[in-house]
Amino acid sequence: MSDWPRPSGRVVITGVGAVTPLGTGVDTFWPRMLAGESGVGPITLLDASEFTTRIAAEVKDFSAEDWLDKKDARRIDRFIAFAEASAKMALDDSGIDPTSIAEHFGCLIGSGIGGLTFLGEQYRRLVESGPGKVSPFLVPYMIPDMASGYVSICHGLKGPNTCVVTACSTGANAIGDAYHIIKRGDAIAMLAGGSEAPINEIGLAGFCSARAMTNRNDEPLRASRPFDANRDGFVMAEGSAVFVMEDYDHAVARGATIYAEILGYGFTGDAHHMTMPDPEGDGAYRSMKMALHRAGLEPSQIGYINAHGTSTPYNDKFETMAIKRAFGEHAYTVPISSTKSMIGHTLGAAGAIEALICILAMRDGKLPPTVNYETPDPECDLDYVPNVAREADVTYSLTNSFGFGGHNVSLVLSRGQ
Amino acid sequence: MAADTFERVKKVTVEKLGVKEEEVIETASFTEDLGADSLDVVELVMAFEDEFGIEIPDDEVGVIKTVGDAVTYIDKKRG
Repeated sequence: MSDWPRPSGRVVITGVGAVTPLGTGVDTFWPRMLAGESGVGPITLLDASEFTTRIAAEVKDFSAEDWLDKKDARRIDRFIAFAEASAKMALDDSGIDPTSIAEHFGCLIGSGIGGLTFLGEQYRRLVESGPGKVSPFLVPYMIPDMASGYVSICHGLKGPNTCVVTACSTGANAIGDAYHIIKRGDAIAMLAGGSEAPINEIGLAGFCSARAMTNRNDEPLRASRPFDANRDGFVMAEGSAVFVMEDYDHAVARGATIYAEILGYGFTGDAHHMTMPDPEGDGAYRSMKMALHRAGLEPSQIGYINAHGTSTPYNDKFETMAIKRAFGEHAYTVPISSTKSMIGHTLGAAGAIEALICILAMRDGKLPPTVNYETPDPECDLDYVPNVAREADVTYSLTNSFGFGGHNVSLVLSRGQ
Repeated sequence: MAADTFERVKKVTVEKLGVKEEEVIETASFTEDLGADSLDVVELVMAFEDEFGIEIPDDEVGVIKTVGDAVTYIDKKRG
């Protein structure tokens, strides 16, 4: 094995790829998001007529055969197919040749749940036809680490290969952990992000029973309404985002286009409750403080926050409290939006998709809105970029992700040159 | 060798292994010519069981190496 080169200590993003309910590929989804469109609609991936929630944000334009070999495309779990599609887009976008640094090119694509669709189908076979009829692919397609494993096989990535599973903060944790891996020199480049495909019978039933989702079945376009007084739960969604992350010196030496630099990564635990956030937003506050501290920035330097903003009564209230505590007076002037208002909650992919949105917002000087913001909530009284995108020159942005289990993650990113 | 069995074996093989119909000839080995790995073979055997309504015990799977082997085995099994 070749030696490990000395790391520069700086980590940049040089390629991006995404599969979202507003379309596959950045050029498809981003203009629609800036236009305030919603990807939420009646569920078509399964017969949801018996479920209390019958709407979701599904990916409509995705065909696995466009991205994977025919045999795999036909049977592999959707979350792995999304991950590979995003990875391929990110590699093409960055122009990097993975074989040139194969042993120093790693992969860290997390999933909150893994292959739940395949698990559900095979459990049905077990019950109906017996153990001998369960697919030999059940285990590899179900385990959440297979996104990283499969993508590494497709592209010959022989560096660090691992996975994060931290519920709805998975995508942000994956990017943060990949940042540390490159920063300390264990890899020169990483494919990192999150992928999720939870819209199946067992996934939908579980979240319905947890009473975490909206029941606005008759008005899907208005269902996800973060920070609005009449919000009543999140909209389940699916998708993925993957980045090529790279040591700064390596990226510069090959003349790569730099989208953004990761400046700070904060991650904390609530130690409070399995599914409810800390009622003071304390863990969220501490993750933002940690990310700002690591970035060496004052709160006033942050020009945009992409909130976790799930549209649940608790999250949006406690996140607002945490932002006020972390940002002081600047909390009232910094633009904050929840793009879950348009694409719903992609769970383990959300942190990666939302980091991508921060990058695009800084690149284009355009902040995506929080749609469906109609009735102010006295407890959510900040600038949520209501309903219409806004132009703004942003150098530094912060994104939050929080997950069941009390995981809190904040990333601070700076605009590339 | 029953022509009907061959056609049905071909259909299942094309579907499960993602190969072209013309590749599925009698002498083709599932692992060496049609790209099946060990997990693919298990899945393929299950699909043959479903298609023909038979049971293929684990200790008999070893005799099915080629498309022709599968057709012969299945015809014998079905009497």
